[in-house]
Amino acid sequence: MGYSLSFIIIQLLNGLTNAMFIFLIAAGLSIIFGVLGVLNFAHGSFYMLGAYMTFQVVSLFVNSPFQFWAAVIAAPLAVAVVGGVVERTLLRRLYGHEELNQLLFTYALVLILSDAARIVWGIGQLSVSRPEVLRGAVQIMGQYFPKYNVFIILLGPCVAFLFWYFMLRTRWGRMIRAAALDREMLGSLGVDVNRLFTLVFFIGTWLAALGGALVAPVASIKPGMDLEVIINAFIVVVIGGLGSFWGTFLGSLIVGVVYSLGILVVPRLSMVFIYAIMILVLIIRPWGLLGKPLRR
Amino acid sequence: MTKKDWLLPALIALLALVPLTGSRFYIFLLTDIMIFGLFALSLNLLLGYTGLVSFGQAAYFGIGAYACALLVKKAGLNFLLSLALAGLCGAAAAVIIGFFCVRLTKIYFAMLTLAFSQIVWAIAFKWNSLTGGDNGIMGIDFPWYLGSKVHFYYFTLAVLALSMFLLHRLVGSPMGRILMTIRDNPERTEFIGINVKLFQLIAFVVSGLFAALAGGLFAVFNHSVFPDTCYWSVSAEVLIMTLLGGMYSFYGPLVGAALLLYLRLEVTSYTAYWPLILGTILCLLLFFFPSGVIGFVQDRLAGRKGSG
Repeated sequence: MGYSLSFIIIQLLNGLTNAMFIFLIAAGLSIIFGVLGVLNFAHGSFYMLGAYMTFQVVSLFVNSPFQFWAAVIAAPLAVAVVGGVVERTLLRRLYGHEELNQLLFTYALVLILSDAARIVWGIGQLSVSRPEVLRGAVQIMGQYFPKYNVFIILLGPCVAFLFWYFMLRTRWGRMIRAAALDREMLGSLGVDVNRLFTLVFFIGTWLAALGGALVAPVASIKPGMDLEVIINAFIVVVIGGLGSFWGTFLGSLIVGVVYSLGILVVPRLSMVFIYAIMILVLIIRPWGLLGKPLRR
Repeated sequence: MTKKDWLLPALIALLALVPLTGSRFYIFLLTDIMIFGLFALSLNLLLGYTGLVSFGQAAYFGIGAYACALLVKKAGLNFLLSLALAGLCGAAAAVIIGFFCVRLTKIYFAMLTLAFSQIVWAIAFKWNSLTGGDNGIMGIDFPWYLGSKVHFYYFTLAVLALSMFLLHRLVGSPMGRILMTIRDNPERTEFIGINVKLFQLIAFVVSGLFAALAGGLFAVFNHSVFPDTCYWSVSAEVLIMTLLGGMYSFYGPLVGAALLLYLRLEVTSYTAYWPLILGTILCLLLFFFPSGVIGFVQDRLAGRKGSG
């Protein structure tokens, strides 16, 4: 195929940009599964809400130069509060139940939140403009590449590092990891596990909504974006290993890059490539590339 | 065998009388219910009887729908033959997919079935020359001998009756007992010398067969097929039907399909926010009636007997 090297590199960078968006979402999905044991279908809905809330905040502060940044801070927090409340009041009641019931509850949330968004924001496509400093493009090997994408590619690893640091080095992070291993033992050591679970759900939701907030300037905000993204996030965590942090990062890179390079090779099959990778991983290493086999 | 043996003939007889009312509304609704009821029954062989949570049942429904549509429309085959072949296509796909899926357990099984069903969806969506892509396949007519909605109603009823008879025999047979043993405790079943994976695969294939039959009926009933037929949300919907009716009861999925489709028709005539209502119903179900409608009724009856 006659693609120039510079074109391929630009496509690779686009893949990396997408990988960072997927990572933010998948990381939240992964930590919620790792600690709470709940596969959260509603995670894509929180991502969608993050994008809609960003639109809302931006349109509240039309004349402020910092409207976008205010939105990126406020919107994910607001959505995370919703997530925390849902965990505290509803999801908590299902912890003792079968996995299927938890799965279906999160699916019920998908349905409710998608309609709630339709009621509040309508069915049209909404958009948010990029912040002033990140408009325009940089030149890479003679090709133009949007500044905003550069920002995302740099931001992704920063968030990953901060999150990793939080999990590994801070007191709360240690407790979260302990809860993932043995929640009864942690409880009997005097830790309020219920509060910890709410915190984990809050953080996970915040990450998803942050993804939604950051994607708002480069994607159209519309109904259905929740269903699309959740499947990609599932694929990422399955490839990387459910509950494995760096696995999620690796999975995101694989999915983002394979998708955007796959489009160059066989445009029609780029989606199929990703599903095929997921199936291969599930057959050969069901616990994912960097995950650990389940106990029990 | 049990006093419930009269239930199936009675149900079929009752359904056979419906067209006499002459209501086109009920004929339409009940055909839809019977098709999705069959689909949900096929899922429940895995879910309720074998304990496998399949999140990709739409794949076989979709394969059946596309196979039937293509055979009738492009190969010009007879409808009955096409429907039978569509069922076999579903079973064949289930052999291949199931071979890999039964190796995994619990959440991983669900994820793998989901992944395979999304591949089926992606193929249906992207293979324009065969499946028509996003535009789907349209203009699938009723065969001449099933010329009207009433004829098709009776045909669907016949397929449902035969399928339910076979499934009922299956779950009542020694093999059905083995499946339930596997559901209750796969490890112990393995210990008594039963090849668990093999029986899970058989259940998977039988389930795929009946799901594909339902899909074939669905294609002809709607005169069209679209990629949405195999999207993952369809798998979720049929799971909800099964759960709504009750997964530990043979008739549960049928009841669930009836309730859900009837509600949808009623609700969508008042408001466009059906997902919101469905989500709320699902929440109520999970929090207050976790064993489904039939399970709830059974528990109530058992409670009465126990206390009285």
